[in-house]
Amino acid sequence: MSIVAALGHGPGNGPAPAPVRRARGGAYLLLAPGLAYLGLFFVVPVVALLATSLYVPVPGGDVGQFQPAFEWANYTRALATYWPQMVRSFAYALIATLAALVIAYPMAYVIAVRARGRVFLQGMLLVLVIAPFFTSFILRTVAWKQILADESFVVAAMRAVSLLPPDGRLTATSFAVVAGLTYNFLPFMTLPIYASLERLDPRLVEAGADLYANGPTTFWRVTLPLSMPGVVSGTLLTFIPASGDYVNSVLLGNNTTTMIGQVVDSRFFKVSDYPTAAALSVVLMVAILLLVTAYVRRSGTEELL
Amino acid sequence: MAALGDPAAATRAPGDEEGGARSGADLTLEHVTKEFGAFTAVDDLELTIPSGSFFALLGPSGCGKTTTLRMVAGLEHPTSGRVLIGGRDVTRTRAHERPVNTVFQSYALFPHLSVVENVAFGLRRRRAPDPLGKARDALELVELPHLADRRPAQLSGGQQQRVALARAIVNNPAVLLLDEPLGALDLKLRRQMQVELKRIQTEVGLTFVHVTHDQEEAMTMADTVAVMNAGRIEQMGSPAELYELPRTAFVANFLGQSNLLRGTVVENGAATLGVDVDGRRVRVPTARSVSTTGTVLVGVRPEKLHLLRAGDQAPESCNVLGPGRVTDVSFSGVSTQYQVHVPGLGTLGVFVQNILGGAGAALGEEVHLACAIKHTFALDGAEDATSGAVRLDARDV
Amino acid sequence: MSAPTARVGVGPVGPGPASGPRVPTTRRQGRPWRLGDAVVPLFAALAFLYLLVPIAYTVAFSFNDAGRSNLVWRGFTLANWANPCGAPQVCEALGNSLKVGVIATVVSTALGTLIALALVRYRFRGRALANLLVFLPMSTPEVVLGAALLAQFLSLRVNPGFGTVVAAHVMFCISFVVVTVKARVASLDPRLEEAAADLYSSPWQAFWRVTFPLLVPGILAAALLAFSLSFDDFIITNFNSGSFTTFPKFVYVSATRGIPPQANVIGSAMFALALLLVVSVQLVSVARRRRR
Ligand SMILES: Nc1ncnc2c1ncn2[C@@H]1O[C@H](COP(=O)(O)OP(=O)(O)O)[C@@H](O)[C@H]1O
Ligand SMILES: [Mg+2]
Repeated sequence: MSIVAALGHGPGNGPAPAPVRRARGGAYLLLAPGLAYLGLFFVVPVVALLATSLYVPVPGGDVGQFQPAFEWANYTRALATYWPQMVRSFAYALIATLAALVIAYPMAYVIAVRARGRVFLQGMLLVLVIAPFFTSFILRTVAWKQILADESFVVAAMRAVSLLPPDGRLTATSFAVVAGLTYNFLPFMTLPIYASLERLDPRLVEAGADLYANGPTTFWRVTLPLSMPGVVSGTLLTFIPASGDYVNSVLLGNNTTTMIGQVVDSRFFKVSDYPTAAALSVVLMVAILLLVTAYVRRSGTEELL
Repeated sequence: MAALGDPAAATRAPGDEEGGARSGADLTLEHVTKEFGAFTAVDDLELTIPSGSFFALLGPSGCGKTTTLRMVAGLEHPTSGRVLIGGRDVTRTRAHERPVNTVFQSYALFPHLSVVENVAFGLRRRRAPDPLGKARDALELVELPHLADRRPAQLSGGQQQRVALARAIVNNPAVLLLDEPLGALDLKLRRQMQVELKRIQTEVGLTFVHVTHDQEEAMTMADTVAVMNAGRIEQMGSPAELYELPRTAFVANFLGQSNLLRGTVVENGAATLGVDVDGRRVRVPTARSVSTTGTVLVGVRPEKLHLLRAGDQAPESCNVLGPGRVTDVSFSGVSTQYQVHVPGLGTLGVFVQNILGGAGAALGEEVHLACAIKHTFALDGAEDATSGAVRLDARDV
Repeated sequence: MSAPTARVGVGPVGPGPASGPRVPTTRRQGRPWRLGDAVVPLFAALAFLYLLVPIAYTVAFSFNDAGRSNLVWRGFTLANWANPCGAPQVCEALGNSLKVGVIATVVSTALGTLIALALVRYRFRGRALANLLVFLPMSTPEVVLGAALLAQFLSLRVNPGFGTVVAAHVMFCISFVVVTVKARVASLDPRLEEAAADLYSSPWQAFWRVTFPLLVPGILAAALLAFSLSFDDFIITNFNSGSFTTFPKFVYVSATRGIPPQANVIGSAMFALALLLVVSVQLVSVARRRRR
């Protein structure tokens, strides 16, 4: 239930710094199994991915047969063909992240600050944020698809009051894809912000009110800056998965809303073009790492973990 | 003594009358040094604490008190030197194998256990019979039997402090270590707990090692006080001994206040020294002098100085300083504190008990200062006269 | 368990309110009510609505007398609930998801907890590298993780299936477990372990008697998180499952032809179960607090 925790504002909320022990092998013993696992199932696969991205087809071989090589042209070719999907993915993810932030912050604020002290209410509201995880997110996305379908009463009603032109639709649009992304990652945005607001000492806000004497100013000068770690975690936990997602664009979009994840998936499974799929994956991973590093540096919350 | 050789003694609850030998054990530190990297936190410490005594380790924050306690508890290991409890070398023994218990400054009560389970924790680990009964007895001793089933978070600071005490005492340790146990309490509660702690120590007769930076606390509670500074013990003795005859400038200033005047020994008699202080002759008992040649710091406590106004007669066998001018008068009801500037000596503090009532010396008045020879003392002249002083203002002594 | 569970097990949110000083609420009593006070809750209410509409839809359509495709409302029935396994494969997929979820949760929670303990409690050479290795999988999109694992399995000629899915799930759950438990370990007062040692506990006893009980809320939160991540994962699973089907994959695949209402039943039941679990945990802790 605690994605809240996943947010990782890391240590720093604890009491006095721990008198840390010097490793007497103990640390390595504790780390060994887990890190070996990550090495085997994360590092090695990423290396395999890098290798695959440079493969060339076996001359005269079947579809899906490749041999090791250093074909850097795979990258230029993949990017030349698929840069629109790449750019679109980041654009959609960015818009969805900002939208989720705008929607999630007031939710988190109400749960953490307005409901403070009312344990049961606070608990219930939190459950409502967390519980969607347990209905499959695909089921919920399909639900959106059907709620917004052309023949649904939502569309009929919007057409009736001219919110939509008579032939206007809600599904199969980029709006629907972004709305779906926003929707699906909303809890990942809400919970970290909730966690940082929850931890915020109300006396600081009162001191702020005392000094600035005006609600909005206190919010901008005190509350928001203090909740920044939550905002940073939330935006990362939304942006990263959103940029690689393709379920929303498949279920809610059309062939002009294709995202990069969709391309990787179809290169792998439909045409067995492993090198292109791998090259695109590597580009996506590197781009996100660069973005995340720059973002974390800028926002000054280095110790993210 | 009993606590070590006899495992039963160590698990005996307080209030347990049989045996009677519950006076704890001697604690000895031999040349104990603790370095953290290049920094020496505890420097060649020599210390013997007799069994059954209430011993205070007094020093300013950061002087190495906690580190010393932690080495006794086994939570830290000395870089060199030995720790002996009841004559047994425990330097290499780990914390859980030492017959020592600690009352932590932050109490460190286990939040997931009830109060009585907290107190019974050590007994259970040692498989003592009837841990809950003994834990309840210990709670009785600290007057909290009614809170046995609460969680620590539901107690006030003072109550938590008592639980921490009970949790340690119930194990009947050879040595009980208290690390600034009253530091987090407000002044009134602190005074009350000082009395309480002293009562409990008398009652259970354990060896208490009490760490504090509060000189008043140390002096009111302890049989023996060791003053620690920068990782070293400056002086050790009964509170009265330390106060009446400090042997270093640090002790003279940290325990109460002192007027320290730099001078040169010019006359070395068997009973008294003659010291030249800025051209005046001051006498100091030879027995009260750390150094009997060369430069010395002549010291006198402010309450031992008498103000001589124009026409007053100097008492017998006194050193007289002055004339000086009164630069500050602050009346506090019980006494009046004067600052008197004596040209060539600097500013001296004087406490005058308000016995006679009425007006004392006025601001700007010219006075002389007198002090019985037997109350003066002399320190090594190489020392910094302001070491350990709490400076409330920038004026020099 | 102690106070933190009271907070709906939101996990390691510090020592919990019970141990701190009582803090006042921010509502200033006696201040005149302003329109602004209502705007934020109103906005939040709309956001909650947004969050819950598709769930309501899913639950409603679990009662649809649907026939093959569950697209339009055809009338109320309890038949789907009476026979949740009525549609081909749906229960098999659910069973697979539960199996994968449980194994992935147990393994990743164990491995992640150990890593978290090491990272918080020790300073050692390579600590930054270990931190990075934990952080990287979290900052890599699922497609990339899925593609990388598939590339590896292909090059090793491993046939995708149950085993590869479990292996993949453990991998992406570990990092989340580490972060969750780490926060809890960091909020533990190290003096408690010293106090345990001082009270005659060997390091082993101190861990099991003091450290571990205090970590339990954090470990449970991490396990729950791992389970929900695994149970809800589609993309990585899709890359590495071959013909093996999990519940999300089943829903995705059948989405083109129409999802059977039994899938809605299962989704709704999981939702209700989660709700019930959390609410009862909360009621218990509220009751416990009252009793004191
Ligand atoms: N684990 C440690 N590592 C490095 N320095 C330490 C450590 N523990 C204590 N010190 C240093 O040793 C000195 C003495 O500390 P301490 O014994 O806690 O002082 P006290 O209890 O007298 O205030 C301080 O300067 C402190 O910074
Ligand atoms: Mg200390």
